[in-house]
Parts: sequence; C-alpha cells; structure tokens
Amino acid sequence: MSKELIRLSNCTMAFDGEVVLNNIELSINDKEFLTLLGPSGCGKTTTLRIIGGFQKPTVGDVFFDGVRINDVPPHKRSVNTVFQKYALFTHLDVFENIAFGLQMLKPAISKEEISSRVMEMLEIVSLKGFERREVSSLSGGQQQRVAIARALVLRPKVLLLDEPLGALDLRLRKDMQNELKRIQQTMDITFIYVTHDQEEALAMSDTVVVMDGGVIQQIGTPEDIYNEPKNAFVADFIGESNIVDGIMKRDGVVEIFGRSFKCLDGGFAPDEPVDVVIRPEDVDIVEVGEGMLTGTVTNITFKGMQYDIIVDFRGFKWLIQTTDLSPVGARIGIKIDPDGIHIMKKSHYSGMFGDYSSYSAEYDDIGDASIEAEEEPEDDL
Amino acid sequence: MRRRYLAYPYVLWMAAFVVAPIAIVVVYAFTAKGGGATFGNFAEIVRSAPMLRTFARSFWLSLLATVVCLLIGYPMAYVLANERRGAQRVLLMLIMLPMWMNFLLRTYAWITILEKNGLLNRLLGLLGVGPLQMINTQGAVVLGMVYNFLPFMILPIYSVIVKIDRSLLEAAEDLGASPLAVFRRVIFPLSLPGVVSGITMVFVPGVSTFAISKLLGGSNSGMLGDLIEMQFQGTSYNPYLGSAVALVMMVIVMVFMYFMNRVGDGGQEAMIL
Repeated sequence: MSKELIRLSNCTMAFDGEVVLNNIELSINDKEFLTLLGPSGCGKTTTLRIIGGFQKPTVGDVFFDGVRINDVPPHKRSVNTVFQKYALFTHLDVFENIAFGLQMLKPAISKEEISSRVMEMLEIVSLKGFERREVSSLSGGQQQRVAIARALVLRPKVLLLDEPLGALDLRLRKDMQNELKRIQQTMDITFIYVTHDQEEALAMSDTVVVMDGGVIQQIGTPEDIYNEPKNAFVADFIGESNIVDGIMKRDGVVEIFGRSFKCLDGGFAPDEPVDVVIRPEDVDIVEVGEGMLTGTVTNITFKGMQYDIIVDFRGFKWLIQTTDLSPVGARIGIKIDPDGIHIMKKSHYSGMFGDYSSYSAEYDDIGDASIEAEEEPEDDL
Repeated sequence: MRRRYLAYPYVLWMAAFVVAPIAIVVVYAFTAKGGGATFGNFAEIVRSAPMLRTFARSFWLSLLATVVCLLIGYPMAYVLANERRGAQRVLLMLIMLPMWMNFLLRTYAWITILEKNGLLNRLLGLLGVGPLQMINTQGAVVLGMVYNFLPFMILPIYSVIVKIDRSLLEAAEDLGASPLAVFRRVIFPLSLPGVVSGITMVFVPGVSTFAISKLLGGSNSGMLGDLIEMQFQGTSYNPYLGSAVALVMMVIVMVFMYFMNRVGDGGQEAMIL
C-alpha cells in the first residue's frame, strides 16, 4: 500500500470562470481504498472525472504511474468507472454489457476468453445465472453489480466509483458496502470512491479525503478524520459535533465558558483562541454538583441505541448522546474526559457549525434528503 | 376507481371514424359492380399489367425516397442532436418551417424549378448545359417525396438521439470504445427506434401519395394514390375496384410494418403514427 499510483498536482478546474476545484494536491497509493467525501458541489465528482479522463484540469497535471496523462482520452486509460446511475446499455443483456469492454480490446481476444472472463466476473459480483437477463429487468442492487462487473472485467488498476450506492435503499446500501470492500480486496486494486455519505466513507475507506468548496479540507484515515478533525467543517461534516469557542491557556489546558478543561492537545500560542470539538458520545452526565458544567435539558429524541438530548449551557445548545433518560427541563451536570476534547485552529469555518439551537428530530433526515436530491452541479457540464 | 367513462367519447370517435370506414372499404372491395359478393375486383388488379406496374412503381419510388431520406436525415438528426441547445431550436425551426407552407404550393414551386424553361434549366443554360428533362420523371417524384417527407425522418431520429443519456457514451468510452465504436455499438443501436419510426413515417405516406406524382411525375409515373383517385373521380367511376386497390395496398403496408417493428423496439410508436 505504499507505492504512489496517481497524483494530482496543483489541479485547478474552472467552468466558465467559476472555480470548482482549487489547487488540488492529491496522491493516491496502489491498492488503496480512497474516498472523496464532501457535500454536493464540493468538487469530488470533478476530481473523479479528471482521473477518469472525462475532464481536463484547467491548470495542473495528472500523473499515472509517474507518466503525465492530461491528454490521454478515457478509452486509453487503465482506469474504469462505475457511473452514478450505472449507465448500463439498455439495448444489451447482462452478458453483453459486461463483455462490452472485452470486445473493445486491441488486439482482440477470443470469444471463449471473453465468455470465461464474463462468467468469472458474474461469479465475483454474485450474479451467476443472470447473463441472459435484460438489464431493465434487474433490481437496483443487481444493476449496480452489473455496472461494477462491467468495469472490473477489464482488470483496471483503478476503479472509480461515483456515488454508486446513492440510488439504493438503506439496507441494500449496507450490504453493498461490505460487498464492495470484499470485491476490492479480492481484486487487489485501487478504488477511488465518491460519496457525500460520511458513514459510508468511514466504514469502507483506507483514506478519506474531505472536500468542500473545491478545496481539500483534510486527508487521513477514517480514525484521524473522526478523532482529529482539522477544522470546524470537517468536525461538523463527519459525525455529530459540538463546536465551541475556547482559549488555549497552555498545552493541555483549554478554557471553555470561563472554566478550564484538561485536554491532550498542545502546540498553540498562549491564550490563542481555538475551536473546541466535543463529540456527543464523549460527554458523561453526572449529578449537578459533580459536573464541570451545568445545563438544562431542552429536547429529547429516542434513537433506539441511545437518547439524543439537547442541553442548554448558557444559551449554547449541545447535543449529547446518552443511554440514561433525563427529562426535559432537568438540570444536569456533565463531565468530559481529556481525550474527549479536541482542539482545532480557528478557520473561516469557525462559528458556522456545531450549535444545535435549530435542532429538531428530523434534522438528519432533512439534511440527507436535500443532499441526495441535488445533482452535482458539474454533472451538467 | 378508474374512470372508464372518460374513454367513451374516444371509443365512439374511433368506431365512427376509423373502424367503420375501414369496414366499408373492406365491404366495397368484395362487392361486384352490379352488387353481390365477389373476388372479381382483386382478379381485375392481378390481370391488369398497368395496375401491377403502378403497384411496383409506388413501392419502388417510395422505397427510394425513404432510403434517400434516411441517408440525408440520419446524419442531419445526429448533427442536430449534438448542437448546443439554442442552435438546436433554431435548426429545428428551419426544418419544420416548410411544413407550415401549404403542401400543394410547395410542390407547385418545384414545377417552376424543374420545368423545361424553369429556374434550374435556365441556370444550367448559363453554364452551357441542358436543357435537361427533369419534370415528369420518376426522379422528380422521388425528389418531391424527399422534400416533403424529410422532416418526418429527421424529427423522430433526432428526438431519440437527443434523449440518449450522455453517461452511456462516457461509459462506452471508459470501457475502451473509440469514438467510432461508441457510435457503432451504442448510439446507432439506441437510435434504431427513431429510425424505424422515421422509415414508417416516410414510407407509408409515400406509397399512397398522389399529388406529388401527379404534379411532378407526368403521365408515366402514376402511383397508387393516383390509381385510387381515378376510381372515384371522372369517367371510370368504380369505387369497388378503388377499395380493392386500397385494401391490397394496406395489407402490403401492414406486412411491411410488421417486419419493421421487429427490427426496433419503437414499433408501438411507429404503429400509432
């Protein structure tokens, strides 16, 4: 997993003067599962399309195995793509769809070999016996598998996947996540995966690239991204976060709401203003007298595994996840362990996220739905 | 609850103006001149060499016109579908514009262009060529049909190509297809329903056309439409024979459409049109 396979070197992409990718530096290793994660319009699909050869960066270079490939058209790249809506050929059956790429090979390969490689792929994506079915007669999940098989049958070094699970329902999505991970390990190749779903990204990836506004916000392992977000955007986009203003008194001590908390971070200037991230699951509820802070419960949502409660601390509302029920209006104290506090430098995202004043029970659903309904704007271009 | 009664006016309409007239034609075709059932009308068609020639000529000329329309129309539709939106609108307008002019007028215009002292011959005369016999030839009939029916070839093909999902083309390219292979393996097969519709919409009216052949074709290029018209007007009034000719033509066209519809999936649309 160490060798570099693809590199985007200060790539900038502009459509009609509007910059959708701003000076991207990205190195992708061989056999890595890398996810480009961000809200719609963040430039993740454009990045994928540059790697696939469907778009040329306005500025910057793309390297594949050390060779500059800016001007290599898609049909000459050893990269294959699983498109957002599968883009299966409706005039061909399952077998013919998967065989399409093999029939394009030069020099041509024998019919027997095409047939055996298609069958092999059908087995890998668990669609044995479906070869003569019409594409339109398949379910979403099955079409998805055909799209993957069609791309993988060419044995590409890299598979690009553009929100491949976006059209599937939740349960199928979870199954396909495992399936994709399994396929990636079986084929032993690089997957570059685009999604707006942070859960998906965390569950599948070796490396997550968080993007917003055409800029890479953070690159790291899922654990890094979750535990050590670099700024308020990443902290808010990945999981739930309470982000509050703090002042770094000295290494290991941060002041929030005028009280000092122990933390594990350091390396800031004395009295530097910072953003403090506290994950809802890292807050312990205790008796009022024993707490570091005292607040009032204003809202409770039962989520199955836990309660999501909103607690008002001096006008700032926190989300806390707890298995103990505290009724609305109750005064509670909270305790946070030093490793539950993460300190970030101030950025232009500071103050935009992390307050749960407008929280409602449907918050998550509404948020997700609006993202799914929107197309990436660059798709139209 | 499905509101079936909403369909009643249409059922009534279809019965009165589609089914009934066809039934009448069928009855007439099997009726002798003096009354009584007979196959005589068909026998008369088969025995008459001029009539058989008219059949052959009709199908041959409209086939020719269809092929020419396809050869011109497909590339036009393809180019049109790949133009920018704004340009597409303007070009579509230009293609449809002649259709808003009266059909007869358009065809008359060709007479003044093609006739002996017409525009084209005078132009050729300036170059020292001609005059050529252009009017009253079968070529003129084919030209007239192509001119009148070309939009009916372009539009269905265009509307199918323009709806092809761009990501399909990208997918093909991604799988290693060269631009030519993308066309041959993806765009063309997917545009076949449009081609089938186009062929049907040119061939069928072509077979039964009468004004074009009458105006541009002269006396030796009469087509089925003219033959049928002759049975209903003028001295040789014989609606029974006319109906028989119409029926035979309809059956041949239906057989033709049956085979066309098996080629493309757009068959149902073509059938309706």
